[in-house]
Amino acid sequence: MAKQVIKVEHLEKYYQKDHILHDINFSIDQGEVVALLGPSGSGKSTLIRCLNGLEPYQNGTVTFNGDQVVPTEKNWQKLRQKIGMVFQSYDLFPNLTVLDNILLGPVKVQKQSRETAKAAAEKLLDQVGLREYENVYPRQLSGGQKQRIAIVRALALNPELMLFDEVTASLDPEMVRGVLNIISKLAQDSDMTMIVVTHEMNFAQQIADRVLFLEDGKILEQTKGDQFFKQPQTDRAKEFLESMDF
Amino acid sequence: MAHSGINVLFEGRNLIRLFGGLWTTVEIAAVALVLGLILGVILGVLRTFPNRLLRLVLRLYLEFFRIVPTVVLLFLFYYILPKQLGVNMPANQVATLVFALWTAAEMSDIVRGALISVPKHQRESGMAIGLNRLQLYRYVLIPQAVSLELPATINLVTRVIKTTSLLMLISVMDVINVGQQVVEANNQKYPTGVFWVYGIIFVMYFAIDYPLSWWAKRMDKKRLERANG
Ligand SMILES: Nc1ncnc2c1ncn2[C@@H]1O[C@H](COP(=O)(O)OP(=O)(O)O)[C@@H](O)[C@H]1O
Ligand SMILES: [Mg+2]
Repeated sequence: MAKQVIKVEHLEKYYQKDHILHDINFSIDQGEVVALLGPSGSGKSTLIRCLNGLEPYQNGTVTFNGDQVVPTEKNWQKLRQKIGMVFQSYDLFPNLTVLDNILLGPVKVQKQSRETAKAAAEKLLDQVGLREYENVYPRQLSGGQKQRIAIVRALALNPELMLFDEVTASLDPEMVRGVLNIISKLAQDSDMTMIVVTHEMNFAQQIADRVLFLEDGKILEQTKGDQFFKQPQTDRAKEFLESMDF
Repeated sequence: MAHSGINVLFEGRNLIRLFGGLWTTVEIAAVALVLGLILGVILGVLRTFPNRLLRLVLRLYLEFFRIVPTVVLLFLFYYILPKQLGVNMPANQVATLVFALWTAAEMSDIVRGALISVPKHQRESGMAIGLNRLQLYRYVLIPQAVSLELPATINLVTRVIKTTSLLMLISVMDVINVGQQVVEANNQKYPTGVFWVYGIIFVMYFAIDYPLSWWAKRMDKKRLERANG
């Protein structure tokens, strides 16, 4: 049986009085790709931000690699090396070159030597086809290029789990393919465990081993990927897929 | 023959004395600025931390130095505090201290403003790669804040230098004070000397401050140009 990477039990999240996430339960095994789908405002971003401690939660537990997380800032800060996250807005650090953006985590957080980290970073840059941009500043890159670098920056820490939050949502259409291909390749070639929030249904169908369908802060269904897109179990999910022109 | 007023500058050691006074001014301003800017950055960073009490105390510190006129601060530190606390500091050191604390207060506001205008996503991206708070400030937030705050900082520096003209009030032998003595000593011989003495002091301040404010303006313009694409 595959190793369980993350388990969430009875998670509850409030923003002041607003109850945003209701009794969230799921777990993900190593190498599994989970698509987190749902209408806008259903709580997808909030949920994955709870999984690397960017948002506090008021109740329930997160268990990572078998250890229940004691949710202090210090603990989350250590765990974030193992839980990579890429956001919708491609926010590279504008004051650093592409290479320094990537090396910041490995060198300063993980205390790798710059040479070792650089060799690894260049390998990753080769894989995303951006090796020749290593000494360039982010403002000289296109949105798609920035987002590919942001993915490399997260991967450079050698995470065990990757969280992607609508990483193509603010890209020009012609840039989307390239970024999605990188995520697909990551799922296939390196067997990365990941949670992908996306509104690209074809892409979700292609990579998802399983779909979590979220609405109004509740998980309405957890279905195997191929099945979800052919035969969703709930009417809400069916309506959702129709609304996405799928 | 009527003496031409300008010769007052070349009489005896007058010019050397004026430059000596200028040097005292520059020395006090320079030390105060270095200390004040460093302390100001630290206080500015602290003012972005979540701790409410800390923020309140630092806010009060800023408001105190902002509201109380610098003249009053100088008198307060030079005449009143020594009597109350029994500390005796030479006037130069008192002046340096007052200017450093004032610079730190103003700088803390500039730094805080720049730090909170760095987009929230930058902070979160830094946290997402595992940076701790110190690293986040050191590698991500402060470098980005610096480019935002540089023009305001240079303006602060010019203001501090200008305000050093108040140093004469607490008997620091700064350039203004020396100037006044020169004027008084030569009043008989050079009735119009006062114009020349203050004229050259004006030129001295101008020569220091103008390049700074020109630099600040140019940087602001460049940044606006870049922001507008
Ligand atoms: N910082 C916040 N403060 C208050 N409410 C928030 C905040 N962020 C998100 N919300 C609310 O939480 C709900 C879920 O938002 P979000 O997780 O962004 O949804 P999704 O990513 O699925 O579009 C929404 O109703 C949103 O208005
Ligand atoms: Mg979202």
